[in-house]
Amino acid sequence: MKPQLMAMIPLVLFVALLAMVAAPLLRGTDPAKLESAMIGRAVPAFTAAGVLPNGAGLSRDDLLGHVSVVNFFASWCVPCQAEQPVLARLAAKTDAAVYGINYKDRPDAAAAWLEKHGNPFRAVAGDRDGRIAIEWGVYGVPETFVVDQQGIIRLRHVGPLTDADLENTILPLLEGIRK
Amino acid sequence: MIIELGHFALVLAFFLSLLQASVPLVGAARGRASWMNIGRQAAWSSFGLCTIAVLALMHAYALSDFSVRNVVENSHTLKPLLYKLAGTWGNHEGSMLLWVWMLSLWSAMIAQAGEKRLPQTFQARVLSFQAMVMAGFSLFVLAASNPFLRLDQAPVEGLGLNPVLQDPALAIHPPFLYAGYVGFSVAFCFAMAALLEKKIDAAWAAFLRPWVLAAWSALTVGILLGSAWAYYELGWGGFWFWDPVENAALMPWLSGTALLHCLSVLEKRGAMKNWTIFLAILSFSLSLLGAFLVRSGVLTSVHAFALDPERGVILLGLLAATTGGALFLYALRAPAIRTVAQFQPFSRETVLLLNNVFLFAACATVFMGTLYPLFMSALDLGSVSVGTPYYTATMVPMMVPFALLMGLAPAMSWRAGRPEKTLRRLAAPALLTFAAAVVLVASPLPSTPLIMAGMVPAVWILATLAQDVLRMAGSLRGMRYLTARYYGMVVAHAGFAFLIMGAVAATQADSEDIRWMARGDRAQIAGYEFVLLSAATDLGPNFNRDKAVFSVRKAGAAGDDHYFFLTPEKRWYPESEKATSEAALSLRGLDMLYVVLGDQDEKDAARFVVRIYHHPLIALLFAGAGMIALGGVISLFTRRRKTQGGL
Repeated sequence: MKPQLMAMIPLVLFVALLAMVAAPLLRGTDPAKLESAMIGRAVPAFTAAGVLPNGAGLSRDDLLGHVSVVNFFASWCVPCQAEQPVLARLAAKTDAAVYGINYKDRPDAAAAWLEKHGNPFRAVAGDRDGRIAIEWGVYGVPETFVVDQQGIIRLRHVGPLTDADLENTILPLLEGIRK
Repeated sequence: MIIELGHFALVLAFFLSLLQASVPLVGAARGRASWMNIGRQAAWSSFGLCTIAVLALMHAYALSDFSVRNVVENSHTLKPLLYKLAGTWGNHEGSMLLWVWMLSLWSAMIAQAGEKRLPQTFQARVLSFQAMVMAGFSLFVLAASNPFLRLDQAPVEGLGLNPVLQDPALAIHPPFLYAGYVGFSVAFCFAMAALLEKKIDAAWAAFLRPWVLAAWSALTVGILLGSAWAYYELGWGGFWFWDPVENAALMPWLSGTALLHCLSVLEKRGAMKNWTIFLAILSFSLSLLGAFLVRSGVLTSVHAFALDPERGVILLGLLAATTGGALFLYALRAPAIRTVAQFQPFSRETVLLLNNVFLFAACATVFMGTLYPLFMSALDLGSVSVGTPYYTATMVPMMVPFALLMGLAPAMSWRAGRPEKTLRRLAAPALLTFAAAVVLVASPLPSTPLIMAGMVPAVWILATLAQDVLRMAGSLRGMRYLTARYYGMVVAHAGFAFLIMGAVAATQADSEDIRWMARGDRAQIAGYEFVLLSAATDLGPNFNRDKAVFSVRKAGAAGDDHYFFLTPEKRWYPESEKATSEAALSLRGLDMLYVVLGDQDEKDAARFVVRIYHHPLIALLFAGAGMIALGGVISLFTRRRKTQGGL
C-alpha cells in the first residue's frame, strides 16, 4: 500500500469511531437503561405451587391461550404495597388474567399481606428460592410482564406500576394484542 | 475573596494559553527568537496561575467554606483535614482543575528542561501545542465544570461525607493517575512538533524518553493505588474488575508501554519513526478517552459519578479536536518521514517490534471490550455488557507469546544478532523453565492450563533476566558498572513476572467460603481454621457497626501462640446514610486471608453471613506492580550519553 494511504488509516478509523460514540450521546439515550433480553421470547418453563391456602398454583401452560399480566411481588417489598391498588384497577379494567408470583417470601406472610392490601390475582404462585425470577430475568420486585396468547413475553416493566403506566402502556398493549 | 482570586487566575491562564498557542508557533515559522521566547515565559506564568487556582480551591476545602458550591457538595466539617484537602480533586470539577494544573506543570517543566537542550524552534512548537490542549481544557473547566462558583445562601453543613472514599490510597490516587494521563501530552506535543518539522531522529527519542518514563511510572502507581484500594476497601475480594474506568487507565498504560520500547528502538536504530509518532498520539488520545469515559457517564460504571450529558458532549468535542487534528496532521506529514535503517530479521529491534504488536493488540482488545456495549447501542442492537470471561479468553493467549518474547529481547543484540550466540545464552533459562513446569505439574499444587499459562512464562522471564544480569555484569563486582537504565529494565520486567504469578495464583488457585456463622462456629479454608469468637453490634465515633472477632490458626498447629485474630466490621454511617464493609485482611507469607462480615440474620440475631477468601501469592501481584513503577523511576536516573545495554 502507498504510504499516503497508510497514513490515512488512523484518521478514517477515528472518524468512524467518533460517529459511533457520538450517536447515542446526541440521541440522548440513557446509558443506565437496560432492555430485557426476554422480550419477544417464550416464557421459560416453570411450575409453582399456590401460595394461598387452597389457592391455585401456576405453570407455563396456564399462561397459554389467553393474554396475561404476570406480577412479581413480595410482602417485604414496600413499592409493591404502593402498586397493589393499581393492579386492582388493572384487573377491573381488562379481561386479561392477572397472575402474581410471590418472590422470596414466606407463604403465611404473603397470605396476610394479600389479605390486608387486596388480592387482584387470579392465582398466586410461590417462588421461595427466586428460581423463577432468575429465569424470567427479574432484577428485583416489583416487576410486571405482559404475556400474549402464544406465551411470548411482550413487555417488561421494572418497578411499581403507576396509573399513568396503565393508561399509556399496559392497557393499550393488552388491547393491541387481543386484536 | 480568595476563591475569586483562584477563579480569576484560571481565567488569566486561559487567555495566556491562547497567547502561548499562537505567538511561538508563528515565531518558529518566521524565525523570530523573541516571539518564540514568549512560549517559555507563558508556560511558567500559566503554571503559577494554575497553582494559585488550585491552592485557592484547597483553601476553601481546608476551611470548609460552604459558600462555594463545590465544597458544599463534596465536603463536610466532620472529615479529617487530609480528606478535606483530597476532596479538592475527589469530584468532577476539582479533578478537571487538577488535570489542567498537571498540564501546566508539565509545560513549565518542558520550558525549563528544554531551554538548553532542545532546538529553539522545536521547543516553541511543543509549547504551542501544549497550550492548545491547555486552552481547550481550561475553557472546559471555566465554562462547563467550574469549581469556583458561589452559592447564594451558604448552608451550615456540607453534603460530601462518603466514608468509602475516605482512604489514604484513594486520596493520592487521582494525582498520580492524572500525572500519568497528562504526562503523555508531552509525547503527544513532541510528535506534533516533529510532524510539523517533518524531522524525527535519535536525539528526539533520547530527549523524550525520560518524560514518557516519568508519566508512565506515575500512571502505574495510580493504577496500583486504585486496584489496592478496591481490593481492601470495597470488600469484594477482587483487585481488578475490567470496569470501563479501570480499562480507561489500562489502555494508555499499554500503549505507553509500547511507546517506551519504540523510543528505545528509535534511539538506538533510528527505526519505527512513524509508528512511534502514532503511539505518542494514541497514548495521549487514550488518556483523553479515559477522561471522557469517566466524566461523561457514557458507559455506566460505579465510577461515573458525574452523569452529565452536556459535559460529555463537550469532552467528546475536545477529544475529537485533539485526536482528529493530530491524526489529520499525521495523515498529511507521516508519508514524508522515512526510515532509512533496515530491519534485520534476527535482532532485538525485531523482537521489540513483535512485542509492540502484542501490546497494541492487547490495547485494541481492551478497547473493543470497553466500547463494545457502546457500539451495540449505537447500532441499535440492544444492550450488552462485557465481562471477565472475554478478557480471560483474549488476554491469556496474547500474554504467553508476549512473555516468551520478553525473555528473548535482552538476550538478543541490536542490528544483526547471531542466532547461535543467543541460543547458547538461552539454554540455561530454558532448561530452568522446563524444570519448573515439570515440578509444578508433578507437585500437589494446582496446575490447571490457565495456571501453567501464567506461571511458566513468568519463570521464563525471571530466568532469562537472571542469566542476562550475570552475563552483562560478568561477575558480582561487575554489577556496579551496569547502568541505571539497565537495572530499571530488570526491575520492571521482574515486576511484570511477579505480577503475572500473583494474578494467576490469586484468581485461579483461590478459595472462597460463604456461610452463616454464629458465635463458636468453625470454618476451615485453605488449611486455616477460623473460629468466630464474638459478633456484636456497638457504636463507633460516628457510625454504628457490627463487629466480629475471629481467631485463626493453621489447621493442626498446636499451642496458643499460633493464633491470630481477624476483626471484620460492617459500618453504618447515619450522617451520610452509607454502609461500608471493613474487610479484615491478614497477609500470611505471600498469601492473603480476607474476611468480610455480611448481613445479620433477620430471624436469628446471633447469625451473620461470613465470606472468607484465601488469595495465594497476592502479595506478588501488588509488589510486582510496584516494581514495574520502580523500574521506570530507576531508569530515570540514567546519566545522559551513557546508554549501553538496557531496555
